[in-house]
Amino acid sequence: MKRHLVSAADLSRDDALLILDTAEELAQLSGRAVKKLPTLRGRTVVNLFFEDSTRTKTSFEVAEKRLSADVINFSAKGSSVSKGESLKDTALTLQAMGADAVVIRHHASGAPARLAQSDWLHGSVINAGDGTHEHPTQALLDAFTMRRHLNAGLGNDLSGRRVTIVGDVLHSRVARSNVHLLTTLGAQVTFVAPPTLLPIGIEPNPDTGAAGWPCEVSYDLDSVLPKTDALMMLRVQRERMNAAFFPTEREYSRRYGMNGSRMAQLPEHAIVMHPGPMVRGMEITAEVADSPRCTVVEQVANGVSVRMAVLYLLLGGATLADTAARTDSVETVQ
Amino acid sequence: MVSYLIRNARILGGAPQDLHLADGVIQAIGTGLAVDADIEIDATGMIVLPGLVDLHTHLREPGREDAETVLTGTQAAAMGGFTAVHAMANTTPVADTAGVVEQVWRLGQEAGYCDVQPVGAVTVGLEGKKLAELGAMHESAANVRVFSDDGKCVDDAVLMRRALEYVKAFDGVVAQHAQEPRLTEGAQMNEGQVSGELGLGGWPAVAEESIIARDVLLAAHVGSRLHVCHLSTAGSVEIVRWAKSKGWDVTAEVTPHHLLLTDELVRSYDPVYKVNPPLRTAEDVQALRKALADGTIDAVATDHAPHPAEDKDCEWAVAAMGMVGLETALSVVQQTMVDTGLLNWEGVADRMSHRPARIGRLTGHGRPISVGEPANLVLFDPAYRGAVNPESFATRSRNTPYKGMDLPGRVHATFLRGRATVLAGELAEQGGLE
Repeated sequence: MKRHLVSAADLSRDDALLILDTAEELAQLSGRAVKKLPTLRGRTVVNLFFEDSTRTKTSFEVAEKRLSADVINFSAKGSSVSKGESLKDTALTLQAMGADAVVIRHHASGAPARLAQSDWLHGSVINAGDGTHEHPTQALLDAFTMRRHLNAGLGNDLSGRRVTIVGDVLHSRVARSNVHLLTTLGAQVTFVAPPTLLPIGIEPNPDTGAAGWPCEVSYDLDSVLPKTDALMMLRVQRERMNAAFFPTEREYSRRYGMNGSRMAQLPEHAIVMHPGPMVRGMEITAEVADSPRCTVVEQVANGVSVRMAVLYLLLGGATLADTAARTDSVETVQ
Repeated sequence: MVSYLIRNARILGGAPQDLHLADGVIQAIGTGLAVDADIEIDATGMIVLPGLVDLHTHLREPGREDAETVLTGTQAAAMGGFTAVHAMANTTPVADTAGVVEQVWRLGQEAGYCDVQPVGAVTVGLEGKKLAELGAMHESAANVRVFSDDGKCVDDAVLMRRALEYVKAFDGVVAQHAQEPRLTEGAQMNEGQVSGELGLGGWPAVAEESIIARDVLLAAHVGSRLHVCHLSTAGSVEIVRWAKSKGWDVTAEVTPHHLLLTDELVRSYDPVYKVNPPLRTAEDVQALRKALADGTIDAVATDHAPHPAEDKDCEWAVAAMGMVGLETALSVVQQTMVDTGLLNWEGVADRMSHRPARIGRLTGHGRPISVGEPANLVLFDPAYRGAVNPESFATRSRNTPYKGMDLPGRVHATFLRGRATVLAGELAEQGGLE
């Protein structure tokens, strides 16, 4: 594997499956009395969060502690960053403190990429969400959840499965990471949104020859539901509602919201997903959110396993050939 | 004053000839000239062009002398073969009064490496609300003819109309930075396939094109001169072509970087590629090259925008926009226009000297290379090949996208009124007035 995880596009099919399989084994740990492995003992992991994110930050912190890493939480609020310190100077400080890995959440697209390409620090960089660019560990936990429901088993991918992603694709780092990872794993992705919430260039352009993204695009949710195996709802941020992306909350909800009658159009085996936090009543009704087919809570639990796997593989320096040894270590530490 | 005999130089790429420069003018041109000169230069294989004129330079002084000063900026200009530059008005304070433009002009005179022609702001403080004292700036020692709020667009149609009308009184020209502000809120790069994938705010081509379309109509309506800064899209080219076909007095420029680089480079998130207007697509680059070749685009202008390291050594979102370009402009033009067969050296002289001087109404520059003319010349070695090394730049800043890139050509010598500001690729030790 590469040293950093900045983009889901960086992952080959083998890399992605290795992470999912490793996560599958590490998930067993959560059922044990002592939920801890010594794997990263003596290694320092910094959670560098320039943007609020209780859910992702906690998930990474739990994953790091379960692997026995020394964890430092560096929040931009109230820190030197709020006094005007640059990303570069922050990184140089962390380097001086001996960070082996930096988990970075940043409001600016590309900040983790910049950190990974710079010589500001030598440790691994893990993207925990950057602007409207990517959120690769979210995509991994989504794929992990899908695989468990749709094609369970180590070594399996998502070939032939159809995933529909609904909502504010334009501003969604989850959507950008998922389209890369899910297609790498063999799934067919369809985005459904009003045209105002789809990025320019997502569809092929015969005039310019641009290929577009590796997915299909629809403006009509109802037509896509019957051929969906996994339906992923995206959060619509409140501020978008006043920026002319769509006329009213009510109209959005009517055209693109998930409700009970729409759930009935899904195949019986299909699951409903959401990266959270959900805006109930807007993009998803309580009836759907609380249904047993909705995997929101399960996704949170899977997030810890997947992030453990990523940290383990990046910091442990494991490769495919190490898989057997890794399995042994999981087995022996109890 | 030192006199020069340049042997076997190809004037505008023609047959080798000798040139004798003395007393600030070209004294003789011919083969096998038998004259005594203080310094003789073997220019075999080299091209002589008229001294280059830049319509669009940011010298940063006053206000951001950590990025550039008039001295370092004009030294960079000389190293790039320029003998005159137009200094943009977005300094601190803004060049919106006779006092500031005179200050910049005098600093240029004192530096002596290149004539500095200040550009006056169109509106007070570049705020787009009230016309600056355009007439006073024109009447000042700086004799301002070009007015621009560059960096910002004069987006108020009434104000733009008034500016266009007002400058007619002294044969001025309004140089517009075409950027519709609402369509580019939060924009960080060209809007298209790449911005969608990178999750960076998109800067649509139509934000540039809609302003140009409006402005050419306004200029035609009031019968004034309009110059469009740094065209970056194929659509912009079409609008300027249409305006010219109507016979309207519209001119346009393109930067060297928009002739070479595309938005694909932004995938690196390296802020060295962050520039305003943004790098566009390969199709846009081809359209710009073609338009420069056929004369739809009148001039190459550098938009030389120096920034100190800390303003670029950061994440993309907060990085400053712009790149330096004076010292690499001619090399990029050779690579994109001459080596591709789109433009010959005569054409380069036209787009980088004659026409920009005409647009800026600089009577002493952009002149033909003939006996009796002011010896504003550049001697260029097109056979040179080498990697760009920003550490060797004269400009105070290093924000070049060409670092390490092999670019053709090198300025061997630059002459400002017969005095070498650059000789054998080295900056002359002293500028200053003679």
